[in-house]
Amino acid sequence: MISFDFEYFKPATVEEAVRAFWQAEARGKAPIYYGGGTEIITMARLDQLRPGAVIDIKGLPECNDMRFRGEQLAIGAARTLTDVEETPLFPLLADTVRDVADHTNRNKITVGGNLCGRFFYREVLLPFLLVDSLVVLAGPKGMRTVPVHQVLNGAPSLARGELLVQVLSDRRYFGLPYVTVKKTKMERIDYPLVRIAALRTEQGIRMAFSGVSDIPFRSLRIEAILNDATLSLAERIDRVIATWPVPILNDIIGSAAYRAFVLRNTLRDTMTALERRSL
Amino acid sequence: MNNTDRGIVKCELELLVNGKRQPVVIRSADTLLRVLREQLGLTGAKAGCENGDCGACTVIVSGTAVKSCLMLAIEARGSRITTIEGLEDAPIQQAFIDHFAFQCGFCTSGFIMNCQALIDRHPDANEAVITEWLRSNICRCTSYEEIRKAIHAVIDRE
Ligand SMILES: Cc1cc2nc3c(=O)[nH]c(=O)nc-3n(C[C@H](O)[C@H](O)[C@H](O)COP(=O)(O)OP(=O)(O)OC[C@H]3O[C@@H](n4cnc5c(N)ncnc54)[C@H](O)[C@@H]3O)c2cc1C
Ligand code: FES
Ligand code: FES
Repeated sequence: MISFDFEYFKPATVEEAVRAFWQAEARGKAPIYYGGGTEIITMARLDQLRPGAVIDIKGLPECNDMRFRGEQLAIGAARTLTDVEETPLFPLLADTVRDVADHTNRNKITVGGNLCGRFFYREVLLPFLLVDSLVVLAGPKGMRTVPVHQVLNGAPSLARGELLVQVLSDRRYFGLPYVTVKKTKMERIDYPLVRIAALRTEQGIRMAFSGVSDIPFRSLRIEAILNDATLSLAERIDRVIATWPVPILNDIIGSAAYRAFVLRNTLRDTMTALERRSL
Repeated sequence: MNNTDRGIVKCELELLVNGKRQPVVIRSADTLLRVLREQLGLTGAKAGCENGDCGACTVIVSGTAVKSCLMLAIEARGSRITTIEGLEDAPIQQAFIDHFAFQCGFCTSGFIMNCQALIDRHPDANEAVITEWLRSNICRCTSYEEIRKAIHAVIDRE
C-alpha cells in the first residue's frame, strides 16, 4: 500500500502535461511524470519516493506514436515494451526489450519510463545510443530535439520538469548486423550482470553496456580500443577492462571480479560474432 | 483533465469489473490490487510481493495481463477488468484441476489469468511463447510442469 496521497492528472496534450507539472511544482507538490508507473508504485510503496502529484502521460497522442516519418522511426515515450517487441520496426531494440523484466511487466513498463527511470539498468537505452537517436523533450519553453547522448548517456540529465515525448531513430541503421546479449546470475529475466548491445557499421563496431556499472553507457573511447586493428582481440579486451571508465559494480548480484570475468567473456563472444558477419 | 489546476486525490468512480459496473471510492494512490480485494471483496488476486515479481496479483485489463499491484486503480478507469472471479468454467480452470497444476493454490489465480490472456492472444502459441509468458509468475510449490501441461491441454485441444 502507498501510505501517502498524491494528485493524479491525465492530460490530453503535451502542453497541458507540462502546464500541470509546473502548476503543481509551484504549489510545492514535487510532481513527476507517470508512464507505466511500475517504478513509481514500487518506490512509493517503500517510501523511497514521495511525489505530491503524478502526471499520467498515456493520453498524450505524441507519446503514443510508433511510425516512420520519412527515414526516421518515432517511438512515443508512453509505448510499452510489449508494443516495441510485438511491432519490431527496430529489430535491435525489439530483441533487447524481449528480455527486460518479464512479459506481464513489459505490458506496463514504458519506453520513456525505462529511459528516464531511477533503476539504473535502463537496458532500453542501449539500442538508441548505438544508432545515435534523437530525443524530443517538452518543457515550459516548448519542445527541443537533442541527441540521446546529450541527455541520457549515463545518468539521465533532463532539465527539471522536462517531459520525454519521443525518440527518433534513423532507419538506415536497422539492417546492420547486431548482437544484443544479457547475462544474468540465475533467471533470464533477472537484472543483468552484464548486458551488451553492439552494432557493426562501416566505421567500426559500436557497443553500449548496462549492468556492469551503476550507469548504462556508450563510450567512444572504449569503441576506439575495440576497433584498434593493431591489437589482438585479447589485448583489446584487456585494455577495455583495465581502463573501464566507471567503477564496476560489486553487489549482491555479483562481485566486481565476477562481473569483470563475465564482461570479458561476453566481450569476446560479441566481438567474434560481429567480426564474422559481413555488412 | 480537471477544470481546476488540482489533480484528483480521492474520487468516486465506476470500475467495470467482470462485466459489472462497480462504484468505488478510491485514493489516487490506491493500487488496483488493493481496490479489488479490499473494496470489492474480489480476493482471487493475491498480494504476494506487491513488487511486480511474483504475478499472484495478475488480472486482465482490456485484454492484457497486468500485475494489479503495479497499476493504480484510477488508471483502470474506462477499461474492462477481468479477475479470476469473472472466469466461469473456462477450459484453463478445468485443465488446472485435471493436471494437478497447484498445491497450496496461492499462485493459482495469477497463473490462470496469465494463461487465459495467453490463450486469448495466441490460441496457437508455441513452446517458446508459452515459456516466455510463464516466466511472469512464480509458484513456490513448483507446480511448473503441471501448469505447462494444463496450458498445453487447452491450446492443443483448440
Ligand atoms: C519486476 C521488474 C523487473 C525489472 N527488470 C528490469 C530489467 O531486467 N532491466 C531493466 O532495464 N529494467 C528492469 N526493470 C525496471 C523497469 O524497467 C523500470 O523501472 C521501468 O522501466 C520504469 O518504467 P515505467 O514506465 O513503469 O516508469 P514509471 O514508473 O512511470 O517512471 C519511472 C521514472 O521515470 C520518469 N518518467 C517516466 N516517463 C517519463 C517521460 N516520458 N519523461 C520524463 N520522465 C519520465 C518518472 O517520473 C519516474 O521518475 C524492472 C522492473 C520491474 C518492476
Ligand atoms: S503481488 Fe503483484 S507481482 Fe507479486
Ligand atoms: S501452488 Fe503453491 S505457490 Fe503455486
